[in-house]
Amino acid sequence: MEDTPLRSKRFEKLADRPVNKETFIKPWPEQGLIVADSPLDPSPSLRIENGVVTEIDGVQQAEFDLIDHFITRHAINLETAEQAMNTPSLQIARMLVDINVPRAEILDLISGCTPSKLVQIVGQMNVLEMMMGLAKMRARRTTANQAHVTNRKENPALLAADAAEAALRGFNEVETTVGVTRYAPLNALAVLVGSQTGCGGVLTQCAVEEATNLRLGFKGLTSYSETLSVYGSERTFIDGDDTPWSKAFLAAAYASRGVKARYTSGTGAVALMGHADGKSMLYLEARCLLVTRGAGCQGTQNGSISCIALPESLPGGVRTVLAENLIAAMLGLEVATGNDALASHSEMRKTAKLMLQFIPGTDFITSGYGAIPRYDNMFGGGDFDVSELDDWCVLQHDMQIDGGIVPVEEKAVLQVRERAVMAIKAVFEALDFAPVSDSEAQAAITAFSSADMPDRDKVADLECAQKLLGGPLTVVDVIRALANAGYQDIAANIFELQRQRAIGDYLQPAGIFDDNFKVLSALTDPNDYQGPGTGYRVEGQRWSTLQNLPQAREPKALLEQLTADRESSWFPETQTAGPGDQPEIVIAVSPAFGAQIKHSISGLDLRDVLAALLKGVHEQGIAWRIVRIYHTADCAFIGHAGAKLSGSGVAVGIQSKGTVVIHQRDLDPLENLELFPQAPNLDLENYRQIGRNAARYALGKPVSPVAVNIDNTARLRLIVQTTLLQHFETQQIKRDQSPMEINFSEWR
Amino acid sequence: MSNDNVRTFSGRTVSELSIEEVLSGKLTVEDFRISAETLRRQAEAAESAGYRQLAGNLRRAAELTGIPNQQVLDIYNALRPGRTNHGHLMTWADRLESEYDAPLTAALVREAADTYLKRGVLKSVA
Repeated sequence: MEDTPLRSKRFEKLADRPVNKETFIKPWPEQGLIVADSPLDPSPSLRIENGVVTEIDGVQQAEFDLIDHFITRHAINLETAEQAMNTPSLQIARMLVDINVPRAEILDLISGCTPSKLVQIVGQMNVLEMMMGLAKMRARRTTANQAHVTNRKENPALLAADAAEAALRGFNEVETTVGVTRYAPLNALAVLVGSQTGCGGVLTQCAVEEATNLRLGFKGLTSYSETLSVYGSERTFIDGDDTPWSKAFLAAAYASRGVKARYTSGTGAVALMGHADGKSMLYLEARCLLVTRGAGCQGTQNGSISCIALPESLPGGVRTVLAENLIAAMLGLEVATGNDALASHSEMRKTAKLMLQFIPGTDFITSGYGAIPRYDNMFGGGDFDVSELDDWCVLQHDMQIDGGIVPVEEKAVLQVRERAVMAIKAVFEALDFAPVSDSEAQAAITAFSSADMPDRDKVADLECAQKLLGGPLTVVDVIRALANAGYQDIAANIFELQRQRAIGDYLQPAGIFDDNFKVLSALTDPNDYQGPGTGYRVEGQRWSTLQNLPQAREPKALLEQLTADRESSWFPETQTAGPGDQPEIVIAVSPAFGAQIKHSISGLDLRDVLAALLKGVHEQGIAWRIVRIYHTADCAFIGHAGAKLSGSGVAVGIQSKGTVVIHQRDLDPLENLELFPQAPNLDLENYRQIGRNAARYALGKPVSPVAVNIDNTARLRLIVQTTLLQHFETQQIKRDQSPMEINFSEWR
Repeated sequence: MSNDNVRTFSGRTVSELSIEEVLSGKLTVEDFRISAETLRRQAEAAESAGYRQLAGNLRRAAELTGIPNQQVLDIYNALRPGRTNHGHLMTWADRLESEYDAPLTAALVREAADTYLKRGVLKSVA
């Protein structure tokens, strides 16, 4: 028997929890499986001789790898380096959370830090302090969000509709990608047309390999790019088929065509590719971020991105992911803070992780919120998707926080989707592409996912895609097609986007457009947070928009609905109720019971409720009276008032919402024989049993308490209705009115 | 500051660009391309706001405006690991300087060539 291990049923249940689908490991520093503070991480150091860095973080010049070479030449501002490296890391960490130290002062100091120094600074901070630091250090004052719009069938009508909806919902950037690379031009086109239907000025990109990506930019089909991966070790960089110099050149190439660019990196990538050499994930990411800055790229998407599950498998992983966001912001980079790849099976863990970016606010809270079902997400999942949009909006509503998504009405969504679908259909026609059929267009307007869409002729689509990428067609032809087909407003938005590319204000750090094509960037909208009363605050029109949930109801209208049919009481009153002098049960009802309020909180007809109570009393063979109490609406006091009138001293008190008490004359008002405070849990059988028990108390018979089903969500669902009904009931109180007897002869 | 006088790559001012001209076929995608002058102005704005490295990038971008799309792609590919040898990268750097008046980009390419040589990431001699 001793071979059979004892199992706790609780541990068995816990093992089945979603969070335990995930793998947790203990650190293994030699393999880079450690989020921060690896024993093999170097200590901060920097030696400058004759204006040249000869040592960085313990590595001598002769031993520099590609990244050391690049960082020392481009990323570190040498004239502030001595001061930065000599300032204790704890002091800089404190400056980050000190509201009296402005962002600009910290940016200047940080510009002289090495990767190890950056890691040491954030190493002093707990997550709350890092969140404070992020709120202060993010580049743009106004927060924003980015959407993923893709689908498995690469259906252009659906892409356009989904991009339009994403734009309407307030996303400032919409990112698409492809299953098959050759679709890229069509997907970029569909997302461009769709997004500019939903809201002019939304930036779009199509994530494909760099050469194609650049060509899409040349043609004006995209306005930003965040495909530029950088890595924290030389070997991984080379495996990624790039170097810091090739990436720096790319950044300039995008800017030279008026395209905004953002690098991408994150903890875990190097360890995953097997070249961590014992360095911690955060140290390697700090090197990535200095490459990003050194290349002069305006920003990054980091926060582990697609590797998120790897740091999360280790202790301190989520804190470290926040730390890498913060380091990016400290370096003056725009940061799109991850929350894009699925971070947990557990809703609790996923949401808790999100809060670290959601609460402080970042330049882009997610670097890709799935504005489509997860099924259609070609980026490989999506941490949050279209089914969680209402949850997101409710969180914003709850915390008065701007997470970059606005609540919308279904009607407005359908309108904008229809317009986008018709517009892309017209563009395909004008450019002589494989047509979008009427039924296809119709399906795209209301579709949940691409499973609702018909299949397209893939060969024909790929030919058109090739024609678009390889031929002379450009965004100018798209503008023309739209205007000629009567979509002047969409044409005008795409036109304005092109004009803005020539102006280039949105190439500045953290540049986005508001819905009037005004650029919000670190130059035009710099983050000036310095504590309460400063920085970006959710107030005024924006707060009105964010709190205006379509599902929010007018409480007065809800009350009207609950108390419809207020005229003509069901229960005529006969005479003033006096004390009884024979064995009886008094059923004491509240002021509005069956008069203005006709149904209990659970929707039971109050005549049926009263009849059930009487039936229970009657079965025990004892007399009864029904009395309406006017001077109070409180259940306990109603019951106690009834008990004082009852010949037996026992009464049942009941409120309109259905809450019941069995009371006795000798008890204090707030004591009772039995109380049933959760009215939504009571059914007619329960009411019958309550009547029965009251009678048995009066008759001195043994009583078994009524067993009631317990639904713990009842209060959650119905507390508003309860409050409204109780408010109404208290308004029916007449302090000086005596209790009245009620006739309810038709109870049988 | 008003953007109306910003000149695009083709020499038009931004205020001249209109959707009517697009419809009448007078404008091409080249008319919407950002100019070197504009990028240098953006670089100055970035620099004075404290974004020195971004300013450097925008100045290199200004140089690249004059380089045809295909050449841009070719230079990018040459800079990728193991694609070419030191001499070829140096030739690109010289061309950037003499042919395209792009000294900053040329310096970046030269620096890459020398660093690649040190770290052995050039094309191995076959």
